[in-house]
Amino acid sequence: MTEEQKLLSPADPKMTARDVKVFYGVKEAIKGVSIDVDMDNVTAFIGPSGCGKSTFLRTLNRMNDTVASARVEGTITLDGEDIYAPSMDVVQLRARVGMVFQKPNPFPKSIYENIAYGPRIHGLASAKADLDVIVEKSLRRAGLWDEVKDRLNDSGTALSGGQQQRLCIGRAIAVEPEVILMDEPCSALDPIATAKIEELIHELRGRYGIVIVTHNMQQAARVSQRTAFFHLGELVEYGVTSDIFTNPRQERTKDYITGRYG
Amino acid sequence: MTGPAILLLLAGLGAIAWVSARARAMRLADVARATGRRDAVHSLPGYHGWYVALWTLIPAAIFLAVWANVAPGLVTQQVLHDPAAQSLPADAFARSAILGEARAIAAGDQAAAFNPASNALVDPYSDAITKYGVIGAVLALILAFAGGAYAFTRIRADFRARTRVERLVMATLLVASLLAIVTTLGIVGSLLWESFRFFSMVSPIDFLFGLKWSPQSAAMGYGNDDAFGAVPLFWGTIFIGAIIAMIVAIPLGLMSAVYLTQYASPTVRKWMKPLLEVLAGVPTVVYGYFAALTIAPALRDLAVSIGIHSASSESALAAGLVMGVMIIPFVSSMADDSIAAVPQSMRDGSLAMGATTSETIRKVMIPAALPGVVGGVLLAVSRAIGETMIVVMAAGLAANLTLNPFASVTTVTTQIVQLLTGDQEFDSAKTLAAFALGLVLFIVTLLLNIVALRVVKKYREAYE
Repeated sequence: MTEEQKLLSPADPKMTARDVKVFYGVKEAIKGVSIDVDMDNVTAFIGPSGCGKSTFLRTLNRMNDTVASARVEGTITLDGEDIYAPSMDVVQLRARVGMVFQKPNPFPKSIYENIAYGPRIHGLASAKADLDVIVEKSLRRAGLWDEVKDRLNDSGTALSGGQQQRLCIGRAIAVEPEVILMDEPCSALDPIATAKIEELIHELRGRYGIVIVTHNMQQAARVSQRTAFFHLGELVEYGVTSDIFTNPRQERTKDYITGRYG
Repeated sequence: MTGPAILLLLAGLGAIAWVSARARAMRLADVARATGRRDAVHSLPGYHGWYVALWTLIPAAIFLAVWANVAPGLVTQQVLHDPAAQSLPADAFARSAILGEARAIAAGDQAAAFNPASNALVDPYSDAITKYGVIGAVLALILAFAGGAYAFTRIRADFRARTRVERLVMATLLVASLLAIVTTLGIVGSLLWESFRFFSMVSPIDFLFGLKWSPQSAAMGYGNDDAFGAVPLFWGTIFIGAIIAMIVAIPLGLMSAVYLTQYASPTVRKWMKPLLEVLAGVPTVVYGYFAALTIAPALRDLAVSIGIHSASSESALAAGLVMGVMIIPFVSSMADDSIAAVPQSMRDGSLAMGATTSETIRKVMIPAALPGVVGGVLLAVSRAIGETMIVVMAAGLAANLTLNPFASVTTVTTQIVQLLTGDQEFDSAKTLAAFALGLVLFIVTLLLNIVALRVVKKYREAYE
């Protein structure tokens, strides 16, 4: 097996998607997408606005369930288990596959309570001391601990945008997920805050399977090992990040990367 | 000339003024346009028409309004100078009775006189009425012509008729909006004045903190001391409107809002929301007899069957329960708005953590929407404590200071109705007490509304 094949079809994938189609009513928003997610590499989804990359991301933890008209076909597995099977509990699934959104969305609660929210609803801590440990660990991993350790009781919404986004990442980490989905996590942030999030993604890689949607191609090149280029609901090209950006095989990928549209 | 006839005549004049002024303006505009200058013509001919028509109508109408108030005095003056009036009795009351009767006969409102002395004055009266009627009509017509003619002579191609007509439109609208404010100020003024008179008879301390309410005993001459302690009324109002009604309305309103915003499919929501809002359109008197005739007896029977024999058929519980149902739409629609205003991203954030819908609602949505919900509840309370019909019909009149929901209590509004219905003398402490109660109610609801609106507004700003 070549290096490329090993990267694109890892031997022990955390999640796999095979021929996934998403319909909104009769409109086919995603047209047969297959990819793998593993723990050691970051997967980036790129493509112009409305190409379906966020829609596909949301099928991976069944957030599309909240949209009444959405319907998913194909198979998505987590540790070999079909996540759309009737036996799959969506609450458990989302605890294992966490998500970070485009716009930082901390709850209108204290910083501590924001992090403690997930562990509480999943019963991960029985005593206050356990919860304190989880909060500190999560904030440390999110790279936010040193900035907020003296004001854990301040409101999460009072933090800066970049800090709010790291709080949201910490919140997702707190429930010990296996995969973290990030939906354009830096699109509402300034360059310095963006750099911090990217650094964080590097640190989290290996511990969690990470999938990131971004419209920023430099960001995809910086943080990911695998890149999937979406256009009009199709997975146009899926390859090793360095190849996609230096040597795209498809004409459409090349046009997008060189800035001809998008 | 009669009133309707003169009004018709004026309207006709106005129409003629409109048509002729418009025609003249059109001709002048044609001439002016021939000069080729763009700004030669200012207003459309229609505006000239309105300008002249309004000048014809408004001065005459104002004059008629003033005349309608002045003329009766002039008529009476003339009748009193008539020789037939010399035989009138000196007593002012008898005089005005005879004069009034004569006037009524002369005007055709009354067929025959009770007092024969009136008959002699009928003819002088009808003469005088006719005379001043004609004078008024002639003056009004002269004014209409004068106004119309003045305006007509001002028509020129570059005359700014549009600006003037628009200014009048604005003035009319301004007067309309001021009228509501002036009325409110008048009501507040009268409340303050009558309350002031009341408090000069009864000490405000006794009124606000006294525990015994028995205005009847004061009216029967036992003195004003201790008779006007309004605490039982305040308690009854709070017990029914702010406690029992809210125990019903807050959970039901909140839960229906949560269901409608979070669980209901769009179709269900489309049907249920208007149906719920229909509750707000039911006349309160209907709720009132529902409370008095259906709920109250049922509650009394229930209370007796579980061994509470003191239960009254006019219980606080019956009035409060029905009032709570009445308030549900207020709470639910305010809560609905505030929950819907919580950003979708907040809900997604919680669901993506693996929270269930109900955990998301309890731990994220409702805390985030809380200020709006609280504002809605405060508005509902202010509405409930001012509500009158239900409590008048179902709550009873006994001013009891009790915690027993099956006992009869009374409220501020019920007592106001009670104090002011029937024949009343308007200078006794008993009657004036109604105004003092009204003032308290007004101040409390005003404060509640201000606080509620501020809370809601502040909250709205937070998410926009």
